[in-house]
Amino acid sequence: MAQAQGTKMKTNKIKSKSKIKRSVGDQIIQVIIYLGVGGFALLTLLPFVYVIAGSFATEKELTERAFFLFPKEFSLNAYNYIISSGDIFHGLKNSIFVAVAGTAINMFFTTTFAYAVSRKKFKLRNFGLNMVLITMLFSGGMIPNYLLISNLGLLNSFWALLLPGAINAFNLIIVKNFFQEIPSELEEAAKIDGCNDISIFYKIILPLSKPVLASISLFYAVSHWNDYFNAMIYITDQKKEVVQIALRRIIFMAGGIDLSGESIDYGIFGAPPEKAVKMAATVVATIPILLVYPFIQKYFTQGVMVGAVKG
Amino acid sequence: MSTQSVTVRKRSRLKKHWNEQKWLYLLFLPGFLYFIIFKYIPMSGIVIAFQNFSPYAGFQGSEWVGLYHFKNLFMGSDFMMLLTNTLGISLLSLVFYFPAPIILALFLNEIRSKKFKRVAQTFVYIPHFISFVIVATLTYQLFNISDGIVNQIIEAITGNTVNFLGSPKYFRGMIVGQSIWKETGYGTIIFLAALSGVDTQLYEAARVDGAGRWRLMWHITLPAIKGTIIIMLILRVGSILNTGYEQIFLMSNDLNIAKAEVFDTYVYRRGIIQGQYSYATAVGLFKSVVGMSMVLTSNWIAKKSGESGIY
Repeated sequence: MAQAQGTKMKTNKIKSKSKIKRSVGDQIIQVIIYLGVGGFALLTLLPFVYVIAGSFATEKELTERAFFLFPKEFSLNAYNYIISSGDIFHGLKNSIFVAVAGTAINMFFTTTFAYAVSRKKFKLRNFGLNMVLITMLFSGGMIPNYLLISNLGLLNSFWALLLPGAINAFNLIIVKNFFQEIPSELEEAAKIDGCNDISIFYKIILPLSKPVLASISLFYAVSHWNDYFNAMIYITDQKKEVVQIALRRIIFMAGGIDLSGESIDYGIFGAPPEKAVKMAATVVATIPILLVYPFIQKYFTQGVMVGAVKG
Repeated sequence: MSTQSVTVRKRSRLKKHWNEQKWLYLLFLPGFLYFIIFKYIPMSGIVIAFQNFSPYAGFQGSEWVGLYHFKNLFMGSDFMMLLTNTLGISLLSLVFYFPAPIILALFLNEIRSKKFKRVAQTFVYIPHFISFVIVATLTYQLFNISDGIVNQIIEAITGNTVNFLGSPKYFRGMIVGQSIWKETGYGTIIFLAALSGVDTQLYEAARVDGAGRWRLMWHITLPAIKGTIIIMLILRVGSILNTGYEQIFLMSNDLNIAKAEVFDTYVYRRGIIQGQYSYATAVGLFKSVVGMSMVLTSNWIAKKSGESGIY
């Protein structure tokens, strides 16, 4: 990074000689800007580096050295402990289910409704849009929502994590705006060929909207994955624990005993590194997000977020 | 005779309309039902704020008590504490967290090295996709008093440790710091999108006229994102009582609770933990109504002063 910065400054110098000379003040500002941005980027990264490095270290090293990018003694003890206790994997499995099923439900409800209200001729278009806008301004709040879930008999069921957020109003508006931008000639041509609204929807509109659908489904999937509060209030059964709940529990208790109550043999490194176990659990819960992150980044730069704010 | 033919014509028009749009109605239906069940039914659930609701008696059987719970809230000793804590966090984030993405976006906009900019952007967007559980976990691992790296550094320099996580006086700073770390990068997207629309010829012309960096920023860049800043400010002001449950809940503990109890966590504790459904709903309703009027008022002010609002 520093190298890129250096070469850039050189090219800037050459450019400024040929064009208008930059003042000393401008040069100083340039340095401040690079330092500021570079510094903030490092600041966002350091906690992750610290935790990943720590998760591979021995407890001894973690207590002796304050900070390191690479552990001197590479150890998989923490991961062995996590795998043998199986604790967080149960949560991972539940979270994968909730994220996949939840995103499928999200996409079904969001795209069908968005398509209907994106058609200018549709009689309930304005009614539907206003219905959405009102929910963006006002909501019943936590307790009425909780009572609804409880009255529907969904407490302690995965449905409580899947249904209540089936449509996110911001995402809905992004998708609706995208559908509206698709040239209506395509639709008219399909009509002549005998397509009805439903076949136009899934044969023409959906395939043409792949980028926006990809980014919206990633947003939905990430929000399911990260959800903690709903799982905390709606799910009390430990078998249905999601990964965020599991992580929280592990952070506040880690010991050398597996789920069956047997103590675990860790070989030459001795007792499980408690601090490293917490770090390893953090890494395991974060990795799925970091794996999908490149895909997220690919799509969100296409400017779909801009549509959201202007409504 | 004539009225009969009118109704016949009406009926045939209705039939034609139905034949034309029936598939759109079908696509509209799932989303419509979703909004009714999961948004509008809870909205009507706010009536329990005016009752002494008991789950056994139900909505119809519970006793009506008028504004009793609101009186309790406003006269009670908790109200001032909640208001101070909530506004304390909101105002601190309005001052420090709100401008952060704007500054970072302006900085990123000034960076000419495409590669440096892309790498920096990749890093600073990551924390947005990380759950609050993980953010709280990372914070704990970095800041805790016994072996957190930040405290180890402070101890090495000053010989003392600072109880960041267990002392009320650091609570607000920690929350706002977390928000800045998590959301600053992602928050730049909307401003960068607005900046990408600025005509580069404007800069060229101003530079020829002898304008320095600060003047370019002040007279061209800032006016270009003024509209976006105002929209974001409206949204921010509207959510002034919305500090969010997850982040605060995850960071609060018995030691810092004096500053950590805000409206959102209070509703959870009183309603879901203690089962005072009516009182908690009244607190939530107060919060929703204040939020809604804040959004509408600031939107109205923005429109009056010639800016485009959001509604």
